[in-house]
Amino acid sequence: MSDPTPPPLLSVRNLRIEFPTRRGTLVAIDDVSFDIARGEVLGVVGESGAGKSLTGAAIIGLLEPPGRIAAGEILLHGDPIHRLRPDQMRHIRGRRIAMIFQDPLTSLNPLLTIGQQLGETILTHLDVDEDGARKRAIALLDEVGIPAPAERIDHYPHQFSGGMRQRVVIALALCAQPELIIADEPTTALDVSVQAQIITLLKRLCREHDTAVMLVTHDMGVIAETADRVAVMYAGRLAEIGPVRAVVQTPHHPYTRGLMGSIPVLGADIRRLVQIDGAMPRLNAIPPGCAFNPRCGAVFERCRSDRPDLLPAGATRAACWLFDAGHASEQTR
Amino acid sequence: MLAFIIRRLLQSVLVMLTVALVAFGLFRYIGDPINNMVGQEATLVEREQLRAQLGLNDPVPVQFARFVANAAQGQFGMSYRMARPVADVIFERLPATLELALISGIGALVVGIALGVYTALRRDGWLSQIIMSLSLIGVSLPTFLIGILLIYVFAVQLQVLPAFGRGEVVRLGWWSTGLLTESGLKSLIMPAITLGLYQLTLIMRLVRAEMLEVLRTDYIKFARARGLSDRSVHFRHALKNTLLPVITITGLQIGSIIAFAIITETVFQWPGVGLLFITAVQFVDVPVMAAYLVLIALIFVVINLIVDLLYFAVDPRLRVKRSGRGS
Repeated sequence: MSDPTPPPLLSVRNLRIEFPTRRGTLVAIDDVSFDIARGEVLGVVGESGAGKSLTGAAIIGLLEPPGRIAAGEILLHGDPIHRLRPDQMRHIRGRRIAMIFQDPLTSLNPLLTIGQQLGETILTHLDVDEDGARKRAIALLDEVGIPAPAERIDHYPHQFSGGMRQRVVIALALCAQPELIIADEPTTALDVSVQAQIITLLKRLCREHDTAVMLVTHDMGVIAETADRVAVMYAGRLAEIGPVRAVVQTPHHPYTRGLMGSIPVLGADIRRLVQIDGAMPRLNAIPPGCAFNPRCGAVFERCRSDRPDLLPAGATRAACWLFDAGHASEQTR
Repeated sequence: MLAFIIRRLLQSVLVMLTVALVAFGLFRYIGDPINNMVGQEATLVEREQLRAQLGLNDPVPVQFARFVANAAQGQFGMSYRMARPVADVIFERLPATLELALISGIGALVVGIALGVYTALRRDGWLSQIIMSLSLIGVSLPTFLIGILLIYVFAVQLQVLPAFGRGEVVRLGWWSTGLLTESGLKSLIMPAITLGLYQLTLIMRLVRAEMLEVLRTDYIKFARARGLSDRSVHFRHALKNTLLPVITITGLQIGSIIAFAIITETVFQWPGVGLLFITAVQFVDVPVMAAYLVLIALIFVVINLIVDLLYFAVDPRLRVKRSGRGS
């Protein structure tokens, strides 16, 4: 029973999230497992509705009812956190796991100065007095690149531009030096020119503080730029997970291949971009077997009956029967 | 900010002039005032004399200008029925109405906000469901019925509260208050509940709806994600953001409480301006009606002005100049 390697920072094991409705239970997340190591950036990509944000919300304990974790577990340094009482979970939120939301324009309370919002967060988690909190708040604003922080701290959110507000949001997330930041599409609402700045900032800060990031996005450019590993989600399940270079350059799962093929490449002589026919199934109509089988070009009999687990496929692992040992031998025959 | 106040003041003056025109119209179109003032036996000569004396033969614009000038000084002439200056009669009655309106307004606001927040936070609790169902009664029952029911239960059956009147009053200068005597306070309870119940349920439902709306916003989610306590999230972040629409509605409602105290005052024979107005209508006491109209308009205008200023106090987006934007 001796296990010399310490448990990963975050470990999601067989997570299943259900939404009970009048017409039966919808399974929004089905048997999703992944780890995030200390200081690692895990990109999570997928179409809208694939369950990316839901997974993030479940980790930080902010699933909105009636959504609930029906099975599986979420471990922080090996300790389960998915069954904690609300007051215990509160000490993890912000302190050990922080979250950044999509729209900086609506993430800040319009009636409080950013100093008040930073201050209350610092005072909630750290053992400092009002003066200490204010000093720390100014230092944080300086760190995220807000000019003249000592003056700007008393301004209201509406006095900042979108990019500046997202910097403030990042400062708020960093208040108590969390070990993990869940960034839910942190750049989607920003101008393209500002997106790069924010991503660079997030990357730099997390490297400096040794903070891990779960970066939820559908922007493959951001993922390629930032992430160490990538998890591709489809219809509430993991399709493929692996190092960013392998997933982007040599994807194995047919869905990931389609996803990568649909990204235009400058200078490449391609007449038409690849598109994946059809649409992701609704939660109440996920087909048996592999959820991707109706749209898959390489579909065969087994895909329609059995659901594939994550199987080793080159440098990544893909949930696809193509990489089952039996199938591979059939192919080489 | 100053420009805003001045603009609002000018608008208020315009509103008051319009109301004055309507009030003035009352004199000209609701019967012949001379008929109401003199007895049956008055001769034509006497009537003509009085007409000239009151300036009723002057051109209409001149009469209106005189009316406005007098009204601005609080002069609305003599009450036909009581033969006393209208201003005196109204000021005598004003404390009763203002005390009633103030108490029921404050009660409605405090209880309404508390219940609204409670029912929003415990949305599915059984107590919330009961409160919400009861609030429907408050919204749909007519005021006079609530008053009569209260009188029946507490004055007729239980005999714990007086059925009518204001009880003993204490004079503080020209202000007469019923808040300092036991009988005065007892007399206030039922009228205040009757008058405030509708406003209470309205404010409660408004606060609940706004609160539910705000609790869904990103900044509340973000506040939770930062690990702030529920108390801070609910009251520091959420409640304050629900207050703008509440202030607007409450402002308008305080105006209506004063204006529509008429029914409550009639049911409880409360000696306020509302009762005075009803009596004036019955006796076609035009000066009293006109003065009441102008007074109520003034109260509405002042309250609206205060509401506008409160916006500035609550919402920094209006207060601070849009400086330092960019990058």
